[in-house]
Parts: sequence; structure tokens; C-alpha cells
Amino acid sequence: MKKSFRSWSMATLLLAGIVTVTACGKNANENSSPSQEASKKPTASQAAVSEKLYIPIICKGFQHQFWQSVKIGAEKAASEFGAEISFEGPETEEQVDKQLEMLQAALGKKPSAIGFAALDSKASIPLLQQAKDKNIPIIAFDSGVDSDIPVTTASTDNKKAAALAADKMAELIGGKGEIAMVVHDQTSRTGVDRRDGFKEQIESKYPEIKIVDLQYSGDPLKATDLTKAILQSHPNLKGIFGSNEGAAIGVANGVKESNKTGKIIAIGFDSGKAQLDAIRGGVLSGSITQNPIGIGYETVKAAVAAIKGEKVEKNVDTGFFWYDKNNIDSEEIKAVIYE
Amino acid sequence: MATQKTKRYPVALNSGILQQLLAFGSLIILVLVFSLASDNFFQFSNIVGVLLSTAVVGVLALGATFVIITGGIDLSVGTVMTLTAVMTGVSITYWGWPVWAGLLVGLATGALCGFVSGVAVAKMKIPSFIATLAVMMIAKGLALVISGTRPVYFPTPEKGFKYSDISLDSILDKIIPGFKIPNAVLIFFCVAVIGSIVLSRTIIGRYNFAIGSNEEATRLSGVNVNFWKIVIYTITGLFTAVAGILISSRLNSAQPALGMGYELEAIAAVVIGGTSLSGGKGSILGTVIGALIMSVLTNGLRIMSVPQEWQTVVVGFVIFLAVYADILRRKKAS
Repeated sequence: MKKSFRSWSMATLLLAGIVTVTACGKNANENSSPSQEASKKPTASQAAVSEKLYIPIICKGFQHQFWQSVKIGAEKAASEFGAEISFEGPETEEQVDKQLEMLQAALGKKPSAIGFAALDSKASIPLLQQAKDKNIPIIAFDSGVDSDIPVTTASTDNKKAAALAADKMAELIGGKGEIAMVVHDQTSRTGVDRRDGFKEQIESKYPEIKIVDLQYSGDPLKATDLTKAILQSHPNLKGIFGSNEGAAIGVANGVKESNKTGKIIAIGFDSGKAQLDAIRGGVLSGSITQNPIGIGYETVKAAVAAIKGEKVEKNVDTGFFWYDKNNIDSEEIKAVIYE
Repeated sequence: MATQKTKRYPVALNSGILQQLLAFGSLIILVLVFSLASDNFFQFSNIVGVLLSTAVVGVLALGATFVIITGGIDLSVGTVMTLTAVMTGVSITYWGWPVWAGLLVGLATGALCGFVSGVAVAKMKIPSFIATLAVMMIAKGLALVISGTRPVYFPTPEKGFKYSDISLDSILDKIIPGFKIPNAVLIFFCVAVIGSIVLSRTIIGRYNFAIGSNEEATRLSGVNVNFWKIVIYTITGLFTAVAGILISSRLNSAQPALGMGYELEAIAAVVIGGTSLSGGKGSILGTVIGALIMSVLTNGLRIMSVPQEWQTVVVGFVIFLAVYADILRRKKAS
């Protein structure tokens, strides 16, 4: 009796698993455009252009809402151009190794092209070389790769965007004083570009502003404690910059917990509910947002063009915006910020 | 024989106290050094900040102490913390349950995860390292599934009780005006006191040490070792849930991808506090001191603007020293 119960429950579990998996598979197909319904066979052989295009998109970590918006853009382009995409990424933006495994797995599925947002701009090069050898076009997005293998890079010019944050910071603190930075990591292209873009702009254009501290964390809790320590050790600090969603949430929390709301100019990067609330509540003075939907859309669009052998620009600048209390509810900004 | 025994006992006891004093002494020395090195360190607001940043990892470490004293290890505490935060968040925000019910859901989730680990270790005889590794992965996956891989934000009503008040409001301030210690710190110390009572004054604590020192002998003396092990892992799960509530209320959101790596910080705090990884020895007070050493160290180095890379190196060295002190102590004792 006991044994049969056990084997039955095992069988039920297995069955449930299979049903879920097939249901998910079905879902993915339903998303595809009706014109391509006939060729439902998913990417069995080396992709010929006439067959359904399969483009795996590998992002950096799907917990931030930013990537959900990129996904929306990618899906929009996929249905417009009749491609099939998959969208995945490691759980946190520190897991370079996990992401490389995903890239490896994607290569094994004989895709028509791959969209890839590198967590570590150098570590992925050997795998990208493999893709090149197999004639699979790589479309870099969000952050570039230190190599000329990708046919194009669809991204925000992070250096320029961070320079805009620096200009706003200078404007808001009145052109002089001490400021600090919390940067989300030391290895990714976006981390490096936003850090350098902000720093170089301050150093070259505003000689009376001094960057007195620079720390790294994209974990909201750690960035909170970090911000508080920075505020503690620099009582004259006038402004602080957080370089992504996690870092900016941390900066906002740290300013709030130190009771410095309104006394410190805090500027963020990216978007998300916590950041929008912080801007509306006056904790953050403003933030830079990229255009994540545009990034996803341009990535898939460029991938399709590359597969068809059309000429693609080496860089697709997907744009960025400054938003604050005054324009947060405008139509232009609403389209590019995400909750 | 008899004389040998009476001789051995005081030595072991003394060196145990010595280890505690050593840890406490290190903490005092650290605080002194940082206070001298920077005027900004020993200020009320910063000390409160240090205590607040100790709370989450501290409560996790308090829970982990129980399992480590049995001679086991719990690798799941970081992600179980995240799962409890997500469950609390989902039940309050998405299901619209009242806060107290959400908190109960969180506590039950933590206890259940601990219970599962306990059954796996005690009944299925899976080594704790592997059993809790499995629970860690299950919890991580479930947190992502249940939250839909996006952060769950708690409602913030204009008036009245906010979820973030659990951590950041100050009940003490209302009792003694001006004494603005955030609730999270208070909760941390209350949990420590409860943990200490359980460990030193109850049968659970007595069996916990007995199992850690010599499991076979404990079994032979008629103790239901399996049962008590399950109880102990469940207690660890409960403490972990409290940490989950603290972290989510501090961030006013449950971040489903957070939590990885927190288990190692918790274990480090336990070890620095003098609890032996081979089981049978340890104390709650030690863990509190260990957790404080960790956060005083990171805060102090930050305030001195030591580059972050070096902060990590220093913490690593401190762990070396702590474990080495433990080994020296046991050598001396035997």
C-alpha cells in the first residue's frame, strides 16, 4: 500500500512537471505572429532565412524591472519581424559564470542569431569566438564587449548618460563642494562607463567639485549601509550618485535613514517603483533613464537584419533621458520609465 | 583517572571563557582604534547605523548558531530569508492580508524550511551540508517563482502603520524620548535574549550541546536525537524568518534575488564568535559579538575610506584568526 502510494505520487509529480513544461512551450508559441504559424517547428536545422528565426536573448539578470522592459521591446520586435525569441539571464548581476553557461547552452541550440548583454566584457570572448566560427551573428545589447565580434551594439551611451548625471549634479549643488559615488560593480561595461563618464565630466568641467568617496554595491541593503557610512565620514557632502537601480535604491534609503532628505542632492540611474517613489517623495532629486524598450526592440531588429545579410551600423544608440519631479508624469518620460 | 577528569574540566571551561573574552576584547579594540582613527566613527548616529546593519545578518547568525552547535551547518539561511520575505510580501501586497497574518505566513515558511532540512538530516540521513544546499536551491527557485522574479513592494499608507516601521520606527524613542534606536536593533537583541534562554536554560539547549559533543552517546543515553535535531533545524528556520521580515521591512520590499551570500556572512559571524564548526561548543553571546565585529569592521574601514577590495581581504583574515583561535583552544583542552 505504502509503496504503491509512493510510486503513484512520483508519477503524478512527473506528470505535473510534463504538463507544466508543455504548457509553457505552447505559451511561447502562441506569442509568435500568426503569419508564421505554419512553420511551428522550432529551429531544428541550421536556420535558413525562410524558416522561423530563433534568437535567444541573454540579459544580465532578470530581477530588475529594467530587464522586463527590455523583454517587452524584444517581444514587440519579434512579433513584428516574425522571429522566435527566448529571454533569460542569471539571477543576479554578479553571476558572470552562470551567464556564460547560458550563452554556451544557447550556442548549442543552433540559433539564427544571439542577443547578448555581457556581465563581464572580456570573459565572454572565447564563447563569442565560437559563435563567429559557426557564423552565428552576435548582437551585443545594453553593454558592449571588448571585441569586434558583435555585428552591432544596441545600447545607451552610458558614458554620455553618466556625464549628463554629472552636469545635473553640478547644477543642483551650485557648482562646488564634495560629492560621492556608489557604483553597482567594477567589472561590467555599464559599471565602468557610468563611473568614468561621471568622474571624467566632473574632473574636466567642474574643478571646484571634489569626488571624495567611491564605493561599489548593487545590492540595495548593502548600498544603504554604504551610503550611511559615506554620509557619516563626510559631513560636508553635498551630493551622491547611485549608478543603477539597486545602487540608487540604496542611496535613497541611506539618505532617508540618515535624516538627510533634502539636505543631500541624490541622483540615481535607471528606474523602478522604489526610485520613482523616492523622486516623488523628494529623496532623490532625479535620475537618468535609458530606453529599455528601445534597447530590446533594436536588438531583435538588428539581429533580423544581420541574419538577412543586411548592413548594420556598428553602434545603435538607443538614447537616454533625465527625469525628475517636474517631468516624471510627462508622456515622453512615461514611455521609458518602468515600475 | 578521576583527578585527570577534574583537571581537564576547568581548563576547557577557562579557555572557553578566554575565547569569549578574546572576541569581546577584539571588539573593544576595534571600536577604540576606529574611534581614534576617525572622528566620525564614535558618534551616536553611526553606532546606531552599525547596530542596524548588524541586525539582519545578526539574526541569521543567531539561528545558524543552533544548527552549528549540533555539528551541522545550514547553507539555506540566506535564501530561506529571501523566501520568507517574498511570502510575507505576497500575502500582504497581492492577497491583501493584514500585516500580522503576513508575518505569520513568513514565520511559518521559515519554520517549514527548517523542518524540511531537519527531516532530511535526521530521518533521511543526508549530510547537513547537502540537505541544506538542496533546501537553499529550492528556496531560491521558489522565491523567484512566487514573486514572478520581480520585487514585491509593500503598501505605504499615508497615515498609520507602515510595514517599514517594523525595522525603522523606534518604540524606544516613544518610551524614552530622544533614545532613537530603530526597532530592528531592538528585535535583534530580543531575539538574542530568547535564543540565549533557549540554549542555556531549556532542554532543547541541553540536548543541542549533547548531540554536538557526542551524538552516539546522547542516543545511547535514551535521547530521541532525531526528534531534537528536527526541532533545532526548525528553530533555525524560525530565526531565519525573523531576518527575512527585518530585511524586507528595511527595504520596504521583498527582493527575490537577494540573499545569496548572506549565509556565509552569518556562518562567519558564528565562527568569529567562538562557536566551533565541529559542534558541541558555542554561545549566543559569542555570535552577537561575532556579528558586531563583522559590521564594526566593515563600517570602520569604510569610514576610513579604505578601498572596498581591501575591506573584503581584512574580513577574510579575521575569519582565519577566529578559526585558528578555536583550534588552539581545542588543542589546549585535549
